Amino acid sequence: MNNLRGVYTIWYRDILRFWHDKMRMIGSLVFPLLFLGVFGSGLSTRMGFLAPGVNFTQFMFPGIIGMTVLMSSFMAGVSVVWDREFGFLKEVLVAPISRASVAAGKTLGAATVALLQGIVVLLFAPLVDISLSTWTVLALLPLMFLLAASIGSLGVLLATRIRSMEAFQAVMQMLMFPMMFLSGVFFPMQGLPVWMNILVKVNPATYGIAPIRQVVLGALPDSPFNINLLGHNMSLWDNVIVLAVFGTVMILLAMWSFSAEE
Amino acid sequence: MVNHIIKVENLVKRFGELVAVDDISFTVAQGEIFGFLGPNGAGKTTTINILCTLSKPTSGKAIINGFDVVRQQSQVRQSIGLVFQDPSLDDRLSGLQNLRFHALVYNVPAAVREKKMEQILKTVELWDRRHNQVRYYSGGMKRRLEIARGLLHYPKVLFLDEPTLGLDPQTRNRIWEYILELRQREGITVFLTTHYMDEAEKADRIAIIDHGRLVTIDTPERLKKLVGQDIISVKSDDGDKAAEEIRLRYQIEARRDRDVLTFEVDNGEEFLPVFIKEFGTKILSVSLRRPSLDDVFLKLTGREIREEEVSDVFKAMVRQHGRHTRR
Repeated sequence: MNNLRGVYTIWYRDILRFWHDKMRMIGSLVFPLLFLGVFGSGLSTRMGFLAPGVNFTQFMFPGIIGMTVLMSSFMAGVSVVWDREFGFLKEVLVAPISRASVAAGKTLGAATVALLQGIVVLLFAPLVDISLSTWTVLALLPLMFLLAASIGSLGVLLATRIRSMEAFQAVMQMLMFPMMFLSGVFFPMQGLPVWMNILVKVNPATYGIAPIRQVVLGALPDSPFNINLLGHNMSLWDNVIVLAVFGTVMILLAMWSFSAEE
Repeated sequence: MVNHIIKVENLVKRFGELVAVDDISFTVAQGEIFGFLGPNGAGKTTTINILCTLSKPTSGKAIINGFDVVRQQSQVRQSIGLVFQDPSLDDRLSGLQNLRFHALVYNVPAAVREKKMEQILKTVELWDRRHNQVRYYSGGMKRRLEIARGLLHYPKVLFLDEPTLGLDPQTRNRIWEYILELRQREGITVFLTTHYMDEAEKADRIAIIDHGRLVTIDTPERLKKLVGQDIISVKSDDGDKAAEEIRLRYQIEARRDRDVLTFEVDNGEEFLPVFIKEFGTKILSVSLRRPSLDDVFLKLTGREIREEEVSDVFKAMVRQHGRHTRR
């Protein structure tokens, strides 16, 4: 009971903070929408259709949703480092709640914010001629949340080991941008050079972006956007399982690492 | 029998080669104001960190409210309130929201939560500003809010780590009024670290700590008696010569700090006129005062406690300033 209350309180504070800071919402949307608008419009006419009825902008759209969620959920780590830097973490660390519940609360808080931002990007679907049914949206919510919670846990795990804001920001750039660019947000997975193919497939974000795309654009077994992992054609559920395993390992590591902190 | 709310036995904390806390033992009675006095780096904060479960001792034992700080962390945390040396508020939340967060984490029952928050915010005179974000608070207001927060969950012991560092004298006095009032009303124990002497004098008992060692524990009055009666400070052109003359003429070994010589006499008012008339070495200035804890510290450790104070306040200012610009 104590631990649940701890998770809830930590989560609640992060939501409250986000609410106070609505500029962050707008700010964090600029980047993904810029990508969608500039790349999408710039390249769409040249590239034609990537699959029957799917132009480049439409292909990119689910990727942009994933990218928004991914970038935002990394904030879990930033906010831990931030709290440490500005002293508030001390108040949390001496509270009679377990450290593991603090790690879980931080992850869930950032994941919730990331989910909200993902939903806002969804609202732009009509602009790229994608129509979303209620069921599609309902299916997307848990997928976005899973991606957010997995990446959020990774952020918290890093934040328990990297103490300074400057170092964390550097590591985050080093990790976040490759994860973003090598996750199939901007290009289909077919015909990649070998080195890139390997990097794309060891990147956990790939398995978060792929199911979102499968839900938005349809999950046919012969879709050209499916991932082929070691000769296996990854179905929506296959992707979800890979991401869930990664997410579980990350949250457990984050909780353990936070508890070990002095 | 006295109820000892804090019991510390042979506490040691090492950081590699450095011994930050060196075999410290003491007890604090319930309802007492207990002061930890010493210069920066003496081991005050390290001791507090161990007592509040933020840091583990290398060896030794500490019991708070009957709970072991290593094995029963949760119960210890529930029993104590903390005001840290550096601010630990969420400055993007309002004062009220900061308190509510604390109340939730410490499981203050919902039935009394809002009422208690109101009462305590009124005590520290922040009720009118409760909806403002903490970043718009002044340093003194933040400190008051932290004290309010530390008291919210009915702690048995309130730890105050340099509670008035970097605050102006007026705010310091105000904060002390609250602390004394709250002690009176709530009957809680206050454990305080400071290197301000006037602040330490408000404690019932003082532990003087230097280089991680406990030098002595006693009431401020008895500590001051250690020094003797009145203190004469003489500033002279030639310190060596003046010291020599004091030694020969009065058989007193004066302590020397640069060109100021300090020594104690029984009856200062009568001693001084005679001294000025008969002293051979040229005197630039002379002063007479009652002993303070500064003198106690100097006598016990051979050093001034205030040497670093100015740079301290400066550091606190830079820290505050840095916070505002970086955010």
